[in-house]
Amino acid sequence: MPATDATAVPTRPRRFNGRIVARYLLLTLGAVIVLFPVYMAVVNSLLLPSQIAHQPPPFFPNDPQWHTYPDAWKAGHLGIYLRNSAVQTIIIVAGQLITSILAAFAFAFLEFPLKKTLFIVFLMTLMIPFEVTVATNVTTVTSLGWFNTFQGLTVPFLATGFGVFLLRQAFLQIPRDLKEAAQLDGYGHLRFLWSVAIPLARPAIAALGVFSFLGAWNQYLWPLLVTGNDNSVRTVQIGLKQLLNTQLDQINVSLAGTIIAIAPLIILLVVFQKQLVRSLTAGAVK
Amino acid sequence: MRTQAARRRKDWALAYVLLLPGLAIFAVFTFWPFLQNFKLALYQNPPYPGLPSTFVGLSQVGDVLSSTAFHQSLISTLLFVLMVVPTGLLGGLMLALAAHRALKGMAIFQVIFSSTVVSSVAVAAVVFGTLMDPVVGLLPWLGLDPHPAILSNPTWALPAVAIIAIWQFLGLSFIIMTAGLQSLPEEVLEAARLDGARAPTMFFRVTIPLLSPTIFFGLVVGFIYAFQSFGQIDILIGSQNAEFTHTNVLLFYIYRALSVQNDPGLAAVLSIVLFVILLGVTLVQFRFLERRVHYAGN
Repeated sequence: MPATDATAVPTRPRRFNGRIVARYLLLTLGAVIVLFPVYMAVVNSLLLPSQIAHQPPPFFPNDPQWHTYPDAWKAGHLGIYLRNSAVQTIIIVAGQLITSILAAFAFAFLEFPLKKTLFIVFLMTLMIPFEVTVATNVTTVTSLGWFNTFQGLTVPFLATGFGVFLLRQAFLQIPRDLKEAAQLDGYGHLRFLWSVAIPLARPAIAALGVFSFLGAWNQYLWPLLVTGNDNSVRTVQIGLKQLLNTQLDQINVSLAGTIIAIAPLIILLVVFQKQLVRSLTAGAVK
Repeated sequence: MRTQAARRRKDWALAYVLLLPGLAIFAVFTFWPFLQNFKLALYQNPPYPGLPSTFVGLSQVGDVLSSTAFHQSLISTLLFVLMVVPTGLLGGLMLALAAHRALKGMAIFQVIFSSTVVSSVAVAAVVFGTLMDPVVGLLPWLGLDPHPAILSNPTWALPAVAIIAIWQFLGLSFIIMTAGLQSLPEEVLEAARLDGARAPTMFFRVTIPLLSPTIFFGLVVGFIYAFQSFGQIDILIGSQNAEFTHTNVLLFYIYRALSVQNDPGLAAVLSIVLFVILLGVTLVQFRFLERRVHYAGN
């Protein structure tokens, strides 16, 4: 980057600073646009309903009503919804990681009849979006007696074609010599998988884990269809819809609930940004 | 010789055992229900619950495909996609270009710009629903007449939910575009700069063409994302108002057919339509993916 060479010409630094300032202004403008809706949600969650309706609208809570958060927690049953979402998400992430690792290992390291065909079968699942299978899946889950259970909520998602594809690519990058050396050392396939392949493919596995987490936590259609009203397995996304419907005159409480529901994902974003980016761009750039 | 053959057969067995869990899930929850659509589409739902559904052949498919509700749904879906995808991609590209410099504090901006990717549809709906509300929202302050409420207004309801989807898609779009910018060959950009290319020329003649695979990937991802959106409509508009407000997008129509109208036959026909559309998009993506993977393997 030539612009960073600030010592070159005496006139250079001033122009350079102007450009930098302009760029920061542009970035700040972008950040304001992106964050504005969430900022307003936080502000409104701390106001009284009468204050929110005030014109012009207040853009800062002068007298923050912190009690809306415990109110939302209680009125919205958020404790139980968050627990349900956590259970559902953990089962799906663990299941997807296990089934993907196993299948990807077979495709990357083993030779067997119909290998190519079976790989295509796995890839074909990427062409069938879950939405076009819901009609029958609701019937299946209900007839298994899984309506309103964690099995019903999670089992249909315990495998992922994308995950198999992603991890197979990662396993294929492991040098063949390593596999042969391990074999000479008397390693069986599973021991090689556990102590060599998985550790080496950790970045890809982490990326898949974060990707699965995001998808599972934010699921909307399926939990709406297969959870009942007794709240025993209902997830926080559906809980938000209910909170909004039951607290019509308490919009501040609904917004407080929303902030609580998104908090785990903000943490996920900040801590695992690299893995998230990696999984979301798999296939875009190598 | 015999031990080798035995070992190979042991490998086969192991491979099938490793593939079994995934295959079983896919068989029961992906392939079978998918194929089942083609059967359900041929059976008409009984007029009263409890009666068996009757085989009507392709007549139900014809009825659905020629119905006004279906045409309206298809138009709403396409309009929604056209509002969301180009705007979301352009916004993401602009943010990515702004953030593509090694400056102090850039990591913070990158987290902010990608942040909407983690927002769920329910969160986005509640947040924007408040801002668009006629009483507690911002419209009066912006000098706009909030009545009739935009979310129950046939002209503005669809653009309003599209804005929510654009905001949500912005994070993903930014991430994709940033990854694309980072993968651009620095030598080529440097050479163009040394040749005296000015900023606009650089952008339109060098950056955009080099970025075209990324833009293409973003288009495919955006299409799939937009076709699968319906939560905002379910939360903010609801089943009764969807058709009146022209927000009955395909996926919402499927959901309503299933859980409100209780009509699996209708849902099946609509699912097949959705599949055919997404298949077209996915096939294009596959060709593309194959090529990239091929390059990566070399």
